[in-house]
Amino acid sequence: MNKSLLVYLGVLFTVVASLSGLVLVPDWQFRGIQPYETEDGIRYPQPLAGSTALGREVYIDLGCVYCHTQQVRPEGFGADLDRGWGNRRTVMRDYLFEPRNLTGTMRTGPDLANIGARQPSRDWHNLHLYNPRITSPGSNMPPHPFLFTVGGDESRRPLGATPLPAEWRTPGAAYILPTSRGRHLVDYLLSLNKSVALPEAQ
Amino acid sequence: MGASTANPLPAPREQADLATRAQIDRSCRQTVSIYYASAVFWLLVGSLLALVASLKMHLPGFLSGWEWLTFGRVRPAHLNTVIYGWASMAGVGTLLWLQARLSRVRLPLPLLLPVTGLIWNAGVVYGTAAILMGYGTSTEWLEFPVPALAFFGFCLAVIIYASLLMMMRRKVHHTYVSQWYLYGAILWFPFLYVAGLFLTQAPNVNGTVRAISNWWFAHNVLGLWLTPIGLASAYYFIPKVTGRPVHSYHLSLLGFWTLALFYNWAGTHHLIGGPIPAWVVTVGIVGSMMMFVPVITVAINHHMTMVGQFHFLRTSPTLRFVVFGAMSYTAVSVQGSLTALRSWNEITHFTHYTIAHAHLGVYAFYSMLAFGAMYYILPRVLRSEWSSAPLIKLHFWSCGAGIALYFLALTWAGIEQGRMMNNPDVPFLRIVAYTLPWLASRSVAGVLMTLGHAAFALLVWRIFRDAGKSLPGPTLLTPARLWPDWRRLWSRAGRKTS
Repeated sequence: MNKSLLVYLGVLFTVVASLSGLVLVPDWQFRGIQPYETEDGIRYPQPLAGSTALGREVYIDLGCVYCHTQQVRPEGFGADLDRGWGNRRTVMRDYLFEPRNLTGTMRTGPDLANIGARQPSRDWHNLHLYNPRITSPGSNMPPHPFLFTVGGDESRRPLGATPLPAEWRTPGAAYILPTSRGRHLVDYLLSLNKSVALPEAQ
Repeated sequence: MGASTANPLPAPREQADLATRAQIDRSCRQTVSIYYASAVFWLLVGSLLALVASLKMHLPGFLSGWEWLTFGRVRPAHLNTVIYGWASMAGVGTLLWLQARLSRVRLPLPLLLPVTGLIWNAGVVYGTAAILMGYGTSTEWLEFPVPALAFFGFCLAVIIYASLLMMMRRKVHHTYVSQWYLYGAILWFPFLYVAGLFLTQAPNVNGTVRAISNWWFAHNVLGLWLTPIGLASAYYFIPKVTGRPVHSYHLSLLGFWTLALFYNWAGTHHLIGGPIPAWVVTVGIVGSMMMFVPVITVAINHHMTMVGQFHFLRTSPTLRFVVFGAMSYTAVSVQGSLTALRSWNEITHFTHYTIAHAHLGVYAFYSMLAFGAMYYILPRVLRSEWSSAPLIKLHFWSCGAGIALYFLALTWAGIEQGRMMNNPDVPFLRIVAYTLPWLASRSVAGVLMTLGHAAFALLVWRIFRDAGKSLPGPTLLTPARLWPDWRRLWSRAGRKTS
């Protein structure tokens, strides 16, 4: 008669077991993990703050994670290091203060774990976000015109605006000026740099 | 069904049986109607979102001026409407009906359960709007913001209560295999949802633990929510339509408990090569390998039940969809276990191959089974019949061809994408260029599947319109022929060849 009850209890047990084994045990095992202090006295990683933290919110709300990972595979597993996507594999400590899981599972576009180190030009990011085909011909990334205002008068280009390359100019469009969200997003991308040498990643 | 047409006056006991069943079906009418009709609505919404997302992948300028339709929002909106709108609502409808029938009790809470259907819809509307407006969490499979828990938590609490009530009131003391899976599903999913949401969104959780929790959750939504409902349906409808008992009770038992034990350890195979402890990945791979046990067990059990009964596929819409789904279950599970192997994962991870695999699971397996269940259940709770056999055929072939094209195109594209990505001499944009034609063929596949869904939605619309108009017999796919000799000849030939 109580076989049904046995099934109910049994299924509860199995799921609690896997939660404990896969999630709670690693959580407990690595609870003490701390930022690493380099010889120069730099503590890594640091929680993001200010504009870069706001930029991460934009990264989350626009769903960048659906095409871009933020993790570098180890030597001998894929070609991430040979492609120059990082100078070492990424490890647990890199994600110590991440408020969301942005490691990603899809590479329709390239990995971004170190995009700030790989592509430090703010103008490049502005143009690429405004229309990826400007900087990367053949890319299938969606354009993000809503992160920019467009101005037509080159002589009155404000500070922080990026001029459009000659072949992309039209009468009304000579430069693009990021909105505050656009600026935050670029700040965030420029902050992505996981190149600090960590002992466990050697 | 066959017995009652052969003998117009069933024996008294059979008549009482039929009356009990009719009463149970009647008690399910409001609840199942709301859940099923909503599911079909979300299926259409999800299909449209899928088409927009798919087109954007090879036509990046398409609708690009609208922020709320940018790819990074449409894609999670698609996933969440089909998982929490279509698949889950269809699943709840099937779960409640199956449990009522198998316990031989009326569906309890006749007011509260239909209300949960409305609240569930409100939750999906809220979550989908939040994603499109930029309030999604970007946590895969958990994109609805945290307040969505209020909607789904309430509904799930009521459904658990209803399930427990039916278990306690049940008139049948034998607990059929489908019920084990249903008991599992209804307890597993709420637990997963609460724990997954908490661990991925709460402050002060280590980022890596978030990643592990994310994939523990996401993998288990398929494994411990949709899969058990799908398998419960397969275990119910295959014997029901063919009139043959399940091949082996012991295999059923083995299949269920090994699934319960192993499936929920497999999720970390989504993080192979990622920044998580090696042992956690290894555990995920071992769990994935162990999944061969329940998968092969269930495959043998279902196949041995079907042996000699395959001619039913010609006539029964339910069985056609259910068998398609059950066979896809074996395929997707075997593929999933193999994909967890490091050497294969090195190529296929991060590529369209994974997207194809996910659709083989949620679509070819789960959704086809859900269609099959609806083809059986809706006529009974509504007391009317499907209006058109050709439309059912269109639904089947259009969705079947669509998912086949989808799977083949993206699997191939994904393998090549992964091989090129692992060769540092191939420039990244050349990989993008290579995948574009395959992504375009995925849009064609999406159109085919959406066409099938439109046919199904039309059928569902009509059966609701005709509710109560009991028709003399079920809508079968091959109408009775004028020349019975041919049929007999065919079946004799079929028996010889098989």
